[in-house]
Amino acid sequence: MTTNSNIILEVKNLNVEFTTDDGVVHAVNNVSYTVERGKTLAIVGESGSGKSVSSLAIMGLLTGTNSNVTGEVFFNGKELIGADPEEVRKLRGDEMAMIFQDPLSALHPYYTIGDQLIEAVLVHNKISDEAARERAIEMLIKVGIPSVDQRIDEYPHQLSGGMRQRIMIAMALINGPELLIADEPTTALDVTVQAQILDLLRELQKEFGTAIVLITHDLGVVADLADEVLVMYGGSAVEHAGVRELFYEPQMPYTWGLLASLPQISVKKEQLDPIPGSPPSLLNLPNGCVFEPRCAFKNQVANNACIESFPELLEVSQNHEARCHLSEPQRLAIRIDRKIGKINK
Amino acid sequence: MFPYIVRRIFVMIFMLTLLSIVTFLLFNAVPTDPARLTCGKSCTPEIIAANRIRLGLDQPLLTQYLDWMKGIFVGRTYGTGSAAFECSKPCLGYSFRSGEEVTKLIVDAIPVTMYLASGAFILWMVVGISAGIVAAKHQGKWQDRTIMGISLVGYSLPVFFIGLLFLVFAIVRWNILPYPDYESPFDDPLAFFQTMLLPWVTLAILYSAYYARLTRSQILEIMGEDYIRTARAKGLPDRVVFRKHAFRAGLTPIVTSAGLDLAGLLGGAVITEYIFSLPGLGRVAIGAVTDYDLPTITAAVLVAAVFVIVANLIVDILYVAIDPRVRMT
Repeated sequence: MTTNSNIILEVKNLNVEFTTDDGVVHAVNNVSYTVERGKTLAIVGESGSGKSVSSLAIMGLLTGTNSNVTGEVFFNGKELIGADPEEVRKLRGDEMAMIFQDPLSALHPYYTIGDQLIEAVLVHNKISDEAARERAIEMLIKVGIPSVDQRIDEYPHQLSGGMRQRIMIAMALINGPELLIADEPTTALDVTVQAQILDLLRELQKEFGTAIVLITHDLGVVADLADEVLVMYGGSAVEHAGVRELFYEPQMPYTWGLLASLPQISVKKEQLDPIPGSPPSLLNLPNGCVFEPRCAFKNQVANNACIESFPELLEVSQNHEARCHLSEPQRLAIRIDRKIGKINK
Repeated sequence: MFPYIVRRIFVMIFMLTLLSIVTFLLFNAVPTDPARLTCGKSCTPEIIAANRIRLGLDQPLLTQYLDWMKGIFVGRTYGTGSAAFECSKPCLGYSFRSGEEVTKLIVDAIPVTMYLASGAFILWMVVGISAGIVAAKHQGKWQDRTIMGISLVGYSLPVFFIGLLFLVFAIVRWNILPYPDYESPFDDPLAFFQTMLLPWVTLAILYSAYYARLTRSQILEIMGEDYIRTARAKGLPDRVVFRKHAFRAGLTPIVTSAGLDLAGLLGGAVITEYIFSLPGLGRVAIGAVTDYDLPTITAAVLVAAVFVIVANLIVDILYVAIDPRVRMT
């Protein structure tokens, strides 16, 4: 492991449960990962895989009386779970910030952009209103807002979707946080705007040295931005690897499915390859592997192991972990078969 | 923003015109001869015929309507020659019952209703909104349950029930307060407050219950919005998130309801005024209806409707102040 000071965020055995009338929802189960300073970790998974909930838990934004967060989260070596909420609040927006999926609903409709940015500055800094406004203008210029002097006094509904997301980014980075959690930052945007926003994030990351936790279901975005990838399914981490390892040597049937479901322009196909079935109910998770009901390869594993037990997250190679009962030769064989199949098509 | 308000005012003028026509037709839709109603017991056909001509009831409907409107804006003269008498603007005609100018009846009654409505309004806004905020902040806990339980009871009790209860127990049985006898607050402030206290509370109970529920549900809805999550992600203290971000956003429906409810009451809180013998617009209207006093009925309807329309305009203007998105449309 690298020296501790290089790690900005360390999550150990994070669990999030919600108590509902129907029972306990296990939204996040024993998720662990680390994020290094200035690096990007992508958390990938479909809706309901627990990727958003885990990051809200880290930010201390799950305050509903029905939620229960356990485990350990070290931010800059400081334990956040169970810490004084006031301490965590002071970190929020200052040392760790978050941007959200839909920038229109995430910005307050009744306040100007300037008001909302200045507020973010003033809550963590004892400076004058004028100085805060200067900071806001500076930041808006950095995120590429044209005619800032005019825009700063406009309301969110007067801007385009891409502009709004730039505002959100400006607001998140205005206090120079060390960690930015971006929850599907491009999902609600046009494809052309998506690329601009990703470029912007990359540039700002370079400039500020911010570590990013990028939550997405878009593997294109992952390939673009991430250093490391955590694949989540049914509230659990199922594969964790460097971005190259994940794309070139995926080790887990769910990851294979994700990669196969990507439309590829070089391959002519009549249909996309979706993963059959739907995600598991987080109310009663299966005893065995969470992915077993949808897995096409479970028959290759002896003794019904996939139904009986949930595989451990095991190291496959350096910087690469996966949860799967298939043996390594089996996985290799399947990957080769799939590649040949793809070429033949 | 300015064009928006101008447009609103034009709409208001149009609505008022429409309203005056409807009110006027109401006058003529009554299945009796208005001229017959103008004279008392010792009535002869000659007097009725003379009154008909004097009040212009022999004219075509359109002429009558225009005369009526003219009376409101510039005043009018009834009859001709030596029998002519002047009704200065704003002239709403003469009461068939008492022969008094309707304008005077209305103008005398307006302050009473205004004191009643505004006092109750302040009371229920303060009590209802605070109770709603407390309930929302403690959602699901005993504070919430208590407030919602009480408000359900308060909302279910009709005004005439609460009013009579107060009247019977607080005044008649226990003599806590003197019998209601309306005095102007400028002549006798103590008597004024003693008389108004129970009517205020009676009205406020019903409306507080409603506003507590409205405020609570608004706040809970707003607290689930994405921009509240953003505000918290910025690191704002909960207090600021609540006061600055949630409350203002939740205000719009409360302002709408408040404006319309206040306007409705200004038109006359009929039952409350009746129970507590307050000489307000509601009493005037009820009295006029039982006596077939047509000019007074139409005037009361007109005044009540004007309150509602003006309140609508004020609410619309308040929207602009609250929600910047409205300014654009």
